[in-house]
Amino acid sequence: MVKGKVWKYGNNINTDIIAPPESIELSVKDAAAWSMRNVDPVFAGAYKSGDIFVAEHNLGSGSSRETAPLMLRELGVRVLVAMDYARIFYRNCINVGMIPVECPETNKIRKGDIIEVDFAEGKIFNETTGETYLCNKIPPHIVGIMEHGGLIPYLMAEKIGKKQIH
Amino acid sequence: MGMTVSEKILAHASGRECVQAGEIIWAKVDCAMMDDLLGPRVEIADNLETMGVPVWDPEKVVIISDHYTPPANIKQANIVKYTRDWAAANGIRNYYEFAGPCHQVMMDKGHVLPGTLVVGTDSHSTTYGALCSFGTGIGSTEMSGVLATGEIWLKVPASINIRWDGKLRDGVMAKDISLKTIKAIGHSGATYKTMEYRGETIRGLNMDERMCLTNMAVETGAKAGLIEYDEVTAAYLKENFNITGDFSRFNADADAVYSGTFTFDAETLAPQIACPHEVDNVFDIDDIDRVRVDQVYLGSCTGGRYYDLKMAADLLRGKTVAPGIRVLVSPASRDIYNRCMREGILETLAEAGCTILCSTCGACLGVHSGNIGDNEVCVATTNRNFLGRMGSKSSGVYLASPLTAAASAITGYITDPRDFLKGA
Repeated sequence: MVKGKVWKYGNNINTDIIAPPESIELSVKDAAAWSMRNVDPVFAGAYKSGDIFVAEHNLGSGSSRETAPLMLRELGVRVLVAMDYARIFYRNCINVGMIPVECPETNKIRKGDIIEVDFAEGKIFNETTGETYLCNKIPPHIVGIMEHGGLIPYLMAEKIGKKQIH
Repeated sequence: MGMTVSEKILAHASGRECVQAGEIIWAKVDCAMMDDLLGPRVEIADNLETMGVPVWDPEKVVIISDHYTPPANIKQANIVKYTRDWAAANGIRNYYEFAGPCHQVMMDKGHVLPGTLVVGTDSHSTTYGALCSFGTGIGSTEMSGVLATGEIWLKVPASINIRWDGKLRDGVMAKDISLKTIKAIGHSGATYKTMEYRGETIRGLNMDERMCLTNMAVETGAKAGLIEYDEVTAAYLKENFNITGDFSRFNADADAVYSGTFTFDAETLAPQIACPHEVDNVFDIDDIDRVRVDQVYLGSCTGGRYYDLKMAADLLRGKTVAPGIRVLVSPASRDIYNRCMREGILETLAEAGCTILCSTCGACLGVHSGNIGDNEVCVATTNRNFLGRMGSKSSGVYLASPLTAAASAITGYITDPRDFLKGA
């Protein structure tokens, strides 16, 4: 469960917006300052660890660039909430240890709201408006990866470790 | 119950007789492709060190430095150098640079075969579906897992049946089919799914045109875009690689189940334009206002193949590009560059006033060789027109076919190529 202040965006926040072309040649640490610049120049400088990144449809569409979730993670994003995600971005978030929550009602969430995301129960409570929204349950095999903190620790425990034993 | 192409390839990759949409499988990867932009330098090298394992099979790995070649600055040069050195240090013999955008190089060099599972660190890895290969894009951490284990978990996707019948009219190309399909499906309409293209029109397309369709499948959110094995596939494999096997076992069964079917009529298709800043913001060319153009870009893994440049050259032959605009041509691979050079296609384009660039991803994603400035407009044969994609956030990218790009180069505004074919 996490509680935090909402940064709210709309549909189709694509990977070129999250990780603009000019930023990709930089290290993730340096590139993070460019994140979202073309739609919200304030975001990268003002996002605080513990805030929650909320968007509507098709979050992370476009490129497979993992620099997109990595730049957000560098700025302190741990939990994302969107109506739906582009599939590569969704997997990338999980693989690097972030939690992408699917909630069909993010259109009711506004910038600055304080929300509490209970991803185990699949519920979001909006403290500012008093509303509760249901989220999609995260599939069990993905929960397995999340519980290890991402794909690499998961593979080390579940695949590579086992290979070495046999 | 019958299987779709996706189900057949993924059943094969997971060592099973049969799989069904919705199942989670662990699949063996036949080929893993990395580029310079998102390859070893982004997490992958570090992750492999953390895991303490070598690359599972260096012969199944291909690395292609294409986004930052030629490098525009020291940072890009060092990324290419890092990629090259990492490939050598890890025994990857299939390393290419300055050979062109990765997907075309993968096809040119025979790294893609029907029925295989190919993953790449670039989202347009869906291109390989033109050869009936399940090609899909993955992130860098995902790739680290593939390199360590040779496997990847996948949810077997449901498939959308895309049917095109009828013959394309003169002046209309595969890119127009691609854009029209994306408009109908929407830019997230195929998320978690696969698009399977079939029908009389698709069977009539050559391999260059087919790749234009499957390349852009990801623009609907699709996991893969697939075209069944047929005579065109067989002839391509024979001619280029002397491969003669029959791969029709990967074609869909007659009773395969689809999550939806879309049917289209090629006879009535007009040239299409995707307006800024979304790929599904598509219009018939007659339905858009006059748009003045600053730059025309003919190139990329979507629209810089031999057939694309040949068609553009046929339209531009003996004409000159409009004053005050620049027209950049980047053939989709060195092999295509050389063929176009031998056949006089580059000469025709250059004499019309086009600038011939080397084979690179550069301008398509706004990292070098043709970025656009504030408020400028580019007509491009590429695959994305996102905000700021090719340069300034106030610029606009219009996606079009090579013929529409060529016609627009002549007039200086977005132009229907059929205007130049009438009475010709």
